This record gives sequence, C-alpha cells and structure tokens, in this order.
Amino acid sequence: MLDPGILFAGVLNGLLAGGVYVLVAVGLTLIYGVLHIINFAHGSLLMLAMYAVFFLWRLSGLDPYAALPIVIAAAFAFGYLLYRLVIGRLSHGRDENILLITLGVSIVIDNVALLLFGGDTQTVETPYASSFVRLGAAFLPLPKLISFAASLLICAALGIFLAKSDTGKAIRAVARERQGARLVGIDVDNVFALSYGIGIACLGAAACLLMPTYYVTPSSGNAFVLVAFTIVVLGGMGSFAGAAIGGLIIGVVESLGGLLLGEQLGQIGISAIFILILLLRPSGLFGARQ
Amino acid sequence: MTQQRLLPVSRRAFLAGGTALASGVLASPAILRAEPAAVKVGLIHPVTGFVAYNGQQSRLGATMAIDDLNKAGGIKSMGGARLDPLLGDSQSKVEVGVSEVEKMNEQGVAAYIGCFQSPVGIAASQAAAKYNTPFLIDVGASDLLVTRGLKNVFRLKPGFGVCVDQGMAALDALNKGANSMAKSAVIVHESGEFGTGTSKLLSSKLPSIGIQVKEVISHDNPTRNFDNIALRIRSLAPDLVMMSNYQNEYVLLARTLYQQKVNLAGFYSFLGGGFNYKFVKEMPDVSQYMMDTNHWFNPKSEKAQALKKRVEATKALFTYELYLSYSVVMLLADALEHAASADKEKLLAALSASTFKAELMPYGPTKFVNGQNQGGRAATLQSLKGDIEVIAPAEFASAKAVFPRPKFT
Repeated sequence: MLDPGILFAGVLNGLLAGGVYVLVAVGLTLIYGVLHIINFAHGSLLMLAMYAVFFLWRLSGLDPYAALPIVIAAAFAFGYLLYRLVIGRLSHGRDENILLITLGVSIVIDNVALLLFGGDTQTVETPYASSFVRLGAAFLPLPKLISFAASLLICAALGIFLAKSDTGKAIRAVARERQGARLVGIDVDNVFALSYGIGIACLGAAACLLMPTYYVTPSSGNAFVLVAFTIVVLGGMGSFAGAAIGGLIIGVVESLGGLLLGEQLGQIGISAIFILILLLRPSGLFGARQ
Repeated sequence: MTQQRLLPVSRRAFLAGGTALASGVLASPAILRAEPAAVKVGLIHPVTGFVAYNGQQSRLGATMAIDDLNKAGGIKSMGGARLDPLLGDSQSKVEVGVSEVEKMNEQGVAAYIGCFQSPVGIAASQAAAKYNTPFLIDVGASDLLVTRGLKNVFRLKPGFGVCVDQGMAALDALNKGANSMAKSAVIVHESGEFGTGTSKLLSSKLPSIGIQVKEVISHDNPTRNFDNIALRIRSLAPDLVMMSNYQNEYVLLARTLYQQKVNLAGFYSFLGGGFNYKFVKEMPDVSQYMMDTNHWFNPKSEKAQALKKRVEATKALFTYELYLSYSVVMLLADALEHAASADKEKLLAALSASTFKAELMPYGPTKFVNGQNQGGRAATLQSLKGDIEVIAPAEFASAKAVFPRPKFT
C-alpha cells in the first residue's frame, strides 16, 4: 500500500496534467459538437502550434506564456482559413468527407513538419523551469501550476464567450439545430469556420502551456489525441463542461493508475474508463441522451 | 553568288576538332568502356515516426560515407564501381522495415544497412536472410540481432551485453573511488526490446558490484509525463537512477528529475538515446554530471575530428548514429574491395574474414564471431559544463569524472 502522502502527490500531479488535457479536449469536443466530425488533424495542429511556440522563443526569446495571445490568434486564423479554404470547400457539405479531409491534412502537416523542422526533439528553456512549490510530499513544478491555472481560466473565458456573446449563441444554435439556425439567418458555414478556428485556438493555448515542460517533435501531438478522445467520450461528445471535468478525471486516473499499477499498466485505467463509458453510458457524463 | 556552307564550320576547323576528339577518346579509354555496374546498398532507417531524428542521423552518416567513397573512385577492385544508395524508411515500424527489405530485394540490392531500432533490425535481417543478402547493423543494441545463427548479419558496434559490462566496470571503479557510497539504484527503461533487454542485464549484474536494485520502472514510448516516476524515485530514495530509453523520453525524464529536485549520487544511463551534444548544450543545468555508457568516436582520431567539423559545418550534430553508420558503410566498402565482387557468397565470406580498421571509433581490429565484431567497445561519458567528456576507458579519457554529484540545495 502506498504512503498517503505519495497518493496525495499523485492526485495533484494528475490534476495538473489533466488541466492541459482539458484544453486539447475542449477544442476537440467543440469541433465535434458543431461540425459533427472527429478532427483527425487535432494532434498535427497541436504539434504545429507547439513549433510556433518553440520558434517564437528561439527566434525572439518570447516566453511561452507571453506568447499566448499571439499563438491563440494565429491558431484561430489558421484554423479559420483551413476550414474556409480547404476543409469546407473540399467536403461539399458531407460530414464523411470532412473526416477524410482532416485525416489527409494531418498526414500532410506531419510530413511537411518533418521536412522543414527535422525529427529532432526541441524544448524551451525558461528561467522558472526548475522552480517548484512544495505541498507535503508533492513537488509541484511552477510551470505546471501556471499552466493548470491558465488552462482553467481560458476554459472559463471560452465558456462565458459561448454562453453570453452573439457569436457564442450562434455557435450553440448551429450545434443544436443546423437547419433551424440557417432558417433564422445564421451564416452556418461561417459558424463552422469560426468553431473550427476556436477549436484550433484552444490547441494554440494548450501548446503555450505545454512547452515549458514538454518537448516538440513532428509526432509529439499524437501523444495527446487518444487521451483527448477518451476525455470527450467520458464527458459526452460535444459537451463543453464534460470535456473540462473529464480532463481532470482522466488526469487523476492516469496518475493514480501509474502509481498503483506501474507506469505501463497504469494506462489501462484510461482504456477501462473508455470501455465502461461506452458500455454503461454511451452519451458520456454530460452528453445529451439520445 | 556565294556558295552557302552546309555546316557553319570550315573544313580545317572540322578536321582539327575531329583530331582533338579522337585523341581525347583514345586518351580516356574509360569513356568508351562500359562503366562497372553500381553496387546497390539498401539503407533502412526510421526517418519518420517516433525515432525519426535518430534515423535521419543514421541516413546522413551513411549517405556521407557513400558520397565520400564515390568521390574517391568507388570500389577499385571492381573497376571503380560506385555505391548506389537505396533509401528506405521503416517509419519506426517493424512491418514497414520488412517490406523495405522485400522492395529493395526486387531492385537487386547487394547488402542492407540498418535499422536503429532492434525489433526492426531483428525482423528485417531475418527477411534478408531468405535471400542470403548481407545485413550490416549500424545501430541496434539487442544481442538477439547476432545470436540467432543467421550467417548474413554483421554488427560492427558492441551490443548491450558488452556495453553493460563495460559500463558496469566503469561504474564500479567510480563507486570504489567514492568509498562505495552508492549502494542502491532504480532502473527506468523504455518498454521495447532495447530498454527491457538492457534493464534485465543491469538487474542481474548490479548486485555483483554491490548495488541493490530497489525497483525497475518501465515506460511506454511516448510517455507524456514523468511526474509520477519522479515521485516514486523520491520515495524510494536510491543512490543512483539508471536510465535506458530513447531520445524524447530520455530528455523528458532527465528534465523532470531535475525540475523536481530529486537528489541522487548519480544519473547513469546505458546507451542513453538523448545523451548527445544537443542535450548538454541546450540543457547544461539538467545534464550537468549525468553519465552515459554509449558509442563514442575516438577523440584522438584525426579522421573523426575532420568528419565532426564537416558535419557541424552543416549545422547537424555529430551523434553516434551518424558516425556508426558512416563506419559501417566503410566496412561494407572494405569487404567489397576484398571480394572484388558484389556476389552475395563472396561478400559474406569477405565480411566474415574482415579485418577492417574502424578509424573513427576507439575499436581494436575487427574480428567477427557469429556476426558480432569482437573489437568494438563503448565509452563512458559525463556531461560537464555544457560539454561531453570521455571519462573511461582511461586511454581515451578527456576529463576526470565528478562522482557523487553535488546535492540540490
């Protein structure tokens, strides 16, 4: 039996990890909720955003946290244009086409990144990288605490935006009833592009929060896709609150699983949740029942 | 009316040009002779996928060697035959590596070089054995590569068995020099053939030098987060952490242990995938005092230093993948020179009897026994002040080791 202090530290580590998973999953669930597709390019676009953070730091010395507004804006613009110029045009309005196009986009992005940036591991070094806060047995790295807080703040701001703003209301309307939204004069295609852009902007934010403690290679985004997908299924496909709560749950399960069962077997907890949710509550914790 | 010439040259100029051409042809019989057929060499490396960087470095080393050989006149005993590289990408996947072998066999490959990852090398060399085609392992740590009785497999570098033995001897000497203060260790390894095999050897051999293994922790590739492993290590309070993993996880684990201020007498890795110039230069604080037993060039070799300069001039890093692949191409060229043929039987015989001098490496004379070179050896390295120093074997050492490392305050 593990020492309670170690378990407590494990829970805190899991929450900190889950904080960043939340942002990746929120982007995925937003795109699913509105466009009704799984964005296969999610991992590749996260990787691209991580390279943006890395190069901003390498070329101009910009701290990853200070780069948040720039990377979020650039990621939004990239996502918006990607939808407008590629995904929307080539899909001809069919959801299954979008699925294949995002898969194709991911292959192209991965290989272009490999061509341009090489396969080497790139990291960002910050002056606060080795600072930590001690809480009992837990040594919580300062960058992870900052990332956790920033992630929750960004999610809250996005939630308020979706709840209160006209654009947010339009996005929710399209997510709920596409045809009805069109009938009341909402530009549905524009809402699709906006939603895709916001989903990718979430990845931009996640990239800024990840880079002080993680690395980037052309395949590093994929490490987060499966876990984000599990979070979306756990929280409920398309559910914003579900993704936020699900992210934290998965973070803690992964962490405690690693501590109790070993780092490899610990991943079984995530898979078990995935299977159990599909068996017992296919709509997820916060998903609408069919 | 002037007569218009059919050719815009005079008769005299035509005759002069014709004479010059004829004398040029006679003076260069090679132009008239058929060029010897190029020798096709299959290079199979993971240039995409999770170990893409390592694969790209291997490919760079191998292609540089082939360029150098071709510029120097090719294989002399074969009339100056050029080496023709066939570039294969295993995508860091076993089945793709095997399909590259089949594809290159169709193209008439004379020998293969690869594959960085042991599991890919094991399967790909097995596939090459069906065609009796020589398979030269440039990088691949598992001793299974050369213990299956395959006559077509040759490895110039030492495997993890030899590396662990040499590293263990170096660690024992260091520890004895520090009054045997290190008494326990935690092993952290990647879950593939390379990490698992190395970990098994370490677990069985560490007690023989007075170090007890407190726990063996295995992790997947990729691993997103090493916080819990750091937590576990802190709770076990070992004197040493011994690592055996690929580049990304190596760097992430080292950084996490540093960020979490885990106090240890030493970090010691075996064939540490991330222990290279980039790591120590970009993360001098994290890497400071870390030790690694790994493949390393001979710092006293002029050829190695010249190649290092050339590589660094292109902004690439002079990593072990690069100079091992370079050396293996030179080994193949040497065997072709002796065989005077790309015939598989003759080439296999030449490789088996090879006494090739691996000038870039701190190796003794090449002698293959069951495909494994007996002259290969590893070096023990330490990161000191943002540079990599050789601390053992003594004849190649460039600095004195710092052990135990100073504690975090």
